[in-house]
Amino acid sequence: MADLRTNLAGIKSPNPFWLASAPPTNSGYQIMKAFDAGWGGAVWKTLGVPVVNVSSRYGSVNYRDKRMVGFNNIELITDRPLKDNLREISEVKKRFPDHAVIASLMVETREEWHSIIRDVENAGADGIELNFGCPHGMCERGMGSAVGQEPKVLQTIVEWVKEVAKVPVITKLTPNISDITRPARAARAGGSDAISLINTIQSIVGVDIDNFVPYPIVDGKSTNGGYCGPAVKPIALNMVKNCAQHPEVDLPISGIGGVENWRDAVEFILLGATTVQVCTAVMHFGFGIIREILPGIERYMDEKGFKTIEDFRGKALPNVKHWEDLNLKYKVTASINESKCIGCQLCYTACEDGAHQAIALSSDPTNRIPSIIDENCVGCNLCSLVCPVEDCITMERRDDGKEHLTWGERTAAGNIPKSFNDELAGGLHHWVPEPAAALVTKKPRHYKG
Amino acid sequence: MAEYKKPTTEAEFAANFHPKKPLMTDTEAYYESSRCLYCYDAPCINACPTGIDIPLFIRQINSKNKDGAAKTIYESNWMGHACGNVCPTEELCEGACVYNHSDVKPIEIGRLQAHATDQVIRSKKKLFRTGKDTGKSVAVIGAGPAGVSCACELRMLGHAVDVYEAKAQPSGLCVYGVAPYKLTNEEAVDEVAYLQDQFGFNVHYNKPVTGRADFENLEKVYDAIFIGIGLGGTSTLGIPGEEKKGVMGALEYVEELRMKHHMTPVGNKVIVLGGGNTAMDAASESCRMGAESVIIAYRRGPEEMGAYGFEFDLAKKSGARTLFNVTPVEVMGNGTVTGVKFIRNKAAYGKIEAIPGSEFVEPCDMVLLGTGQGKQVELLEQVPGVKLEQKSRILDDRGRIVVNEHYQTSNPKYFAAGDAVNGGVEVVNAAAEAKKAAHGIHSYLNDRKG
Repeated sequence: MADLRTNLAGIKSPNPFWLASAPPTNSGYQIMKAFDAGWGGAVWKTLGVPVVNVSSRYGSVNYRDKRMVGFNNIELITDRPLKDNLREISEVKKRFPDHAVIASLMVETREEWHSIIRDVENAGADGIELNFGCPHGMCERGMGSAVGQEPKVLQTIVEWVKEVAKVPVITKLTPNISDITRPARAARAGGSDAISLINTIQSIVGVDIDNFVPYPIVDGKSTNGGYCGPAVKPIALNMVKNCAQHPEVDLPISGIGGVENWRDAVEFILLGATTVQVCTAVMHFGFGIIREILPGIERYMDEKGFKTIEDFRGKALPNVKHWEDLNLKYKVTASINESKCIGCQLCYTACEDGAHQAIALSSDPTNRIPSIIDENCVGCNLCSLVCPVEDCITMERRDDGKEHLTWGERTAAGNIPKSFNDELAGGLHHWVPEPAAALVTKKPRHYKG
Repeated sequence: MAEYKKPTTEAEFAANFHPKKPLMTDTEAYYESSRCLYCYDAPCINACPTGIDIPLFIRQINSKNKDGAAKTIYESNWMGHACGNVCPTEELCEGACVYNHSDVKPIEIGRLQAHATDQVIRSKKKLFRTGKDTGKSVAVIGAGPAGVSCACELRMLGHAVDVYEAKAQPSGLCVYGVAPYKLTNEEAVDEVAYLQDQFGFNVHYNKPVTGRADFENLEKVYDAIFIGIGLGGTSTLGIPGEEKKGVMGALEYVEELRMKHHMTPVGNKVIVLGGGNTAMDAASESCRMGAESVIIAYRRGPEEMGAYGFEFDLAKKSGARTLFNVTPVEVMGNGTVTGVKFIRNKAAYGKIEAIPGSEFVEPCDMVLLGTGQGKQVELLEQVPGVKLEQKSRILDDRGRIVVNEHYQTSNPKYFAAGDAVNGGVEVVNAAAEAKKAAHGIHSYLNDRKG
């Protein structure tokens, strides 16, 4: 049976699923409810000098009928007095001593840092997370991402924190920076025990096209917010991977960004995260999503024979290479399973207009099943991605697996294209229709005129 | 046994005749439109007689451009709203939806179409501009789907149009002949009013064209004439007792139902004769009117019925029973119908053969004839120089107006489309043909000018 217990730099929790510092961790009430539902830890809504918030505060990116595939907020840190939060931290820890309660903090001066760290430790917090990521509002006041974007400042503040902190310190990183490993390395240099990433991405989620103002709207005006939710997961995974692979970072990671189900969590863990933090999915569906996550990851671990999270943490990292180390001799082409094809011809139009004209239609108009033109297929995957039927288009291996040659090796051997019209151009012998052929093709009925 | 209680108020009638395809809410339309795959060279387009760019209008609904969606629909089909409701979509666009091949529910194209058109009809938003005035004028006979479609298209082309309609309301069978659970009178009439307001053609109601003199007068006034008169009343069976009280055409019954709603009388025991879509409608309707028993009687077996499977299913679901392989030989009763005498049939070499001595009487107090509409041959024979199909080996084809590919008749000044030409198909076919006929008229008028 899978053992989900985790230990992130000394912060122990019954499972790796934590609530991220955000509206769902605004109060002891919410966190108790979450722990009762099965969550393993919670990072308290960032504490500091209480703020005053605006309304409205959230904006959403919907894709067709799917709501909140991307989510953005302009809410600030806690607007509740510190003493209330401290009292509730104590209550939660008393009732759930084995769960992880991490205090997210954001203050300005060294004295404030020292004072608030002592307060949350006295209240019973198991760890501290430094909020150097908030990309809206707080950064204008020299905090949040304003710190996270300046590795030297970040390092200094981590050092202040470490002067007094007795519990483990997690530095939360902002993705609004070109190289995520720079602040990660600064965190390590300052003595941070772990990092968490990503915080939200600076964003405008959309514009009200009737009133000419972006969302969310505050009395006819708006401001940039912080973007999160399922849409940011690919960016988060890449940044987690970058930190996990970098030898000078070498810190435990709490992964954040678009985690909604057990599969998302497994992906973060495979790329090096020890725990994951969840916010948007809970704001959308409530704490109850943990009912799907826990048995999901347990089943996965049992099936794969993983007894603990450590057994598979970082397991995908050795397979993330530089482009130049990929095998140029590996060849796949698409294959259409005719018995599954429903004849939508999305693969045809995608390949025809968006790729390499490697899919043909039958000359018999009653046969809507397209066919792959093998010699044109570059194995790009596009058709299999647009196909609406499960497992209808698959990518089949065509090379014999005996040859292995990378761009790096070719470069070393001097066997790469060097001039604009080099004979070594990869696409030199690919068949491409003559431009004018586009204009005489028999047009389907929906092409007007 | 009756599934439906006899409706005694308008509210009860409305409940029994609840729309088969109710209007979608915005949320429903948004979710449904999200499912469309936007197929390449989409099969639904090719399955639509009017060739509406269905994936486009669905995408327009999804991007909240409903005016655009309605425009896409009307550009191809002037009866867009009626068709969204009354089209046999299961057999056409929705039947062609690729989702059918993966056992996923096809997109509800008909309801999405009605949703988009309903919005513009209610907002009265004008989506089209009429063409530059050509100084030509065309008389359109009949304000049914064919006549209205032809009128709209002619106005787009800049010709003046006067429509002459025998009845008091437009939209032909959409008002007078379609089952009330498919389309309400208001919906049908509102769509024509919306189009009329947009295109400014005149409709003269209660102005039947009755004979040669009328045609000759029209010829004097107009540059071209379009015949969209549809078909006539229900054909008779030619069996004894057919004239008895309680026997009526299925189509005439629907017409009464459309006009009088719950005030329409219905028998306790109803026999519907026929296996076509109108017979199925009549059966469903008499069930919904609270008849105790409704029997569909058909000469052959169920697999040979002309009705669409879904129409038969609806009739059965409404409570109708069936009697197959029987031929009516006499309507029984003393002045008023008391039953129908049938003889049983067996199939032999593709033909049916009566089984001697197998006669029986099925008691009833109402008989509805779903035996098809007759053609208005007597009237059409009055049109100068317009030829009708005479010799076809297919009986049903005789009496159809003969037209060329431009829907021009043998008298070049006359064009025709719809049921009077195709023998009676769907509203969507009339709309498709009439649009082409309008272009035929346009070329004819242009050629004459030059």
